[in-house]
Amino acid sequence: MTILTLLIPLTLAMGAVGLSAFFWSLRSGQYEDLSGDAERIFFDDDDAPLAPQSLPAPDAKTKETTR
Amino acid sequence: MMSALTRSERGLAMLIAGAGVLIGLIMAAAGRGDPMGAHGWIVLAFCGVVFFVVGGAFEDPDPVEDRAAAYYDDPTKVGIVLALFWAVVGMGMGVWVAAQLAWPDLRFDAAWSSFGRIRPVHTSGVIFGFGGNALIATSFHIMQRTCRARMPGQITPWFVLLGFNLFCIVAASGYLMGVTQSKEYAEPEWYADLWLVVVWVVYFLLYIRTLARRNEPHIYVANWYYLAFILVVAVLHIVNNLAVPASLTGAKSYSAFAGVQDAMTQWWYGHNAVAFFLTSGFLGMLYYFLPKRAERPIYSYRLSILSFWGIVFFYIWAGSHHLHYTALPHWVQTLGMTFSVMLLVPSWASAGNALMTLNGAWHKVRDDATLRFMMVAAVFYGLSTFEGSFMAIRPVNGLSHYTDWTVGHVHAGAMGWVALISFGSIYALAPVLWRRETMYSWKAVEWHFWLALAGTVIYVFAMWNSGITQGLMWRTYTESGTLKFSFTDTLVAMRPYYVARAFGGLLFLIGACIGAWNVAMTIRRMPSETPELDYPTLSEATEPAVPAAE
Repeated sequence: MTILTLLIPLTLAMGAVGLSAFFWSLRSGQYEDLSGDAERIFFDDDDAPLAPQSLPAPDAKTKETTR
Repeated sequence: MMSALTRSERGLAMLIAGAGVLIGLIMAAAGRGDPMGAHGWIVLAFCGVVFFVVGGAFEDPDPVEDRAAAYYDDPTKVGIVLALFWAVVGMGMGVWVAAQLAWPDLRFDAAWSSFGRIRPVHTSGVIFGFGGNALIATSFHIMQRTCRARMPGQITPWFVLLGFNLFCIVAASGYLMGVTQSKEYAEPEWYADLWLVVVWVVYFLLYIRTLARRNEPHIYVANWYYLAFILVVAVLHIVNNLAVPASLTGAKSYSAFAGVQDAMTQWWYGHNAVAFFLTSGFLGMLYYFLPKRAERPIYSYRLSILSFWGIVFFYIWAGSHHLHYTALPHWVQTLGMTFSVMLLVPSWASAGNALMTLNGAWHKVRDDATLRFMMVAAVFYGLSTFEGSFMAIRPVNGLSHYTDWTVGHVHAGAMGWVALISFGSIYALAPVLWRRETMYSWKAVEWHFWLALAGTVIYVFAMWNSGITQGLMWRTYTESGTLKFSFTDTLVAMRPYYVARAFGGLLFLIGACIGAWNVAMTIRRMPSETPELDYPTLSEATEPAVPAAE
């Protein structure tokens, strides 16, 4: 079963990628406001822009809200 | 649609299509007398059409509006239409294949229409054509909305969508010519596989780049499901398709692995294709469109994230349950069986989470067939994941494997879960995309729902009965220790179920045709509503067209 020497390390490596993605999400504060995160997909009929928070996109310019 | 592209972008698109024409020409020349040559002409025609469609609009003026002020929905729209086209083709082939089993004369005695050739057209047509296009289209929609950012680039989404459809066309036409590498759900030959790698890497980069541009700090859970779908399918596809072409001028290739090694690779791929192609991405759909349609947030958002990581870490080990009682080492079979049983936890967490989300919205489920599609999809997801864990247990598998029970299980998942959540999502999405108030006909959605549900139930019950009958007949011995039933006896016993299965599939197909018609009429006939307030929130753009009511 030489194939297992390929498939098992490969699968473990994929698991490791998943694990590091999980730790990244944990450390970068992805899970700090879960109920708010679940609600915000309903905000699309509010035309006021979100207040910019920690913006990962450097090219997106912040825009003044009219409030 | 071309008016959304600038002149230089049209030039780039023509360049890519022109390169495709060239590749098609080379394939046609090099592969003369081989199915690869015919594929060359298909590639040439496909890219030629794209070239001339873009070229015809080349001199049009550049777009004047600020494109960054709106989401990029054109590829999503085309993807939805293509998904419905493939649904009708793939399900139509499915009904034909099913009918061939009940009435073998329907083969019409041609080579291309034999069961072994049109059956993969059915499976690839519904999984990749319908499912794949629905996944790509909804992922474009969901990633932009949940990131509150427009996709980067104008050409890449088109490249992904059209490139993927070129792969589907090459795959389906190849099967009819007898081109296959004999790996289930991975039948296309080496050049089609290489092309899909290119498309898929671009797709992954497009997704990552959109996430990097997001104006919403949190990555909504649906995006994680789509990302896992894209990333894992890429790895699976590459490993399972490692093959040596017999010649560079022909379609035939030989797998890099042999015997049980190859079987293990195939089912490591095959079951994870179920996991990450047919489950993960569609869970992304469920987690976005079900709460949106019910207008209620997910019952437990925390649980949805937990189920995601559960699926990521458990599913990948389950594939060897396809090889119980084979030359595969016993411990590998046991490993696959164990993880398959464990998978029930994250699977039922998702199904239960979806149903609990509907608490307080059951009156909407009663009145709104679109939401009912999604509710029933969640129920079938729960049913088929339970059945799957059960069937992965070795002694159960001893009865069910190689029988129609497997076929029934797959279709409970594919029709009841994958297709229903896709249709529900399409009905929720189409009015938003085309800026219509509702679908053209809500009655047609109702009809589609009941036809699809009836078709699925008839299909699945027929195959359960057929499969268990078949399995029991195969293992019935006489007192003298010989097999009691001949193979022909089992065929005679299965025939009524095969007729019922074809009928169930036909109902499902009629439903899909009604759905395609309804979406077409929604696009053509329904009056546009004023643009919804459905814009990326942070762009260099001016305010959206509709001012805030303050």
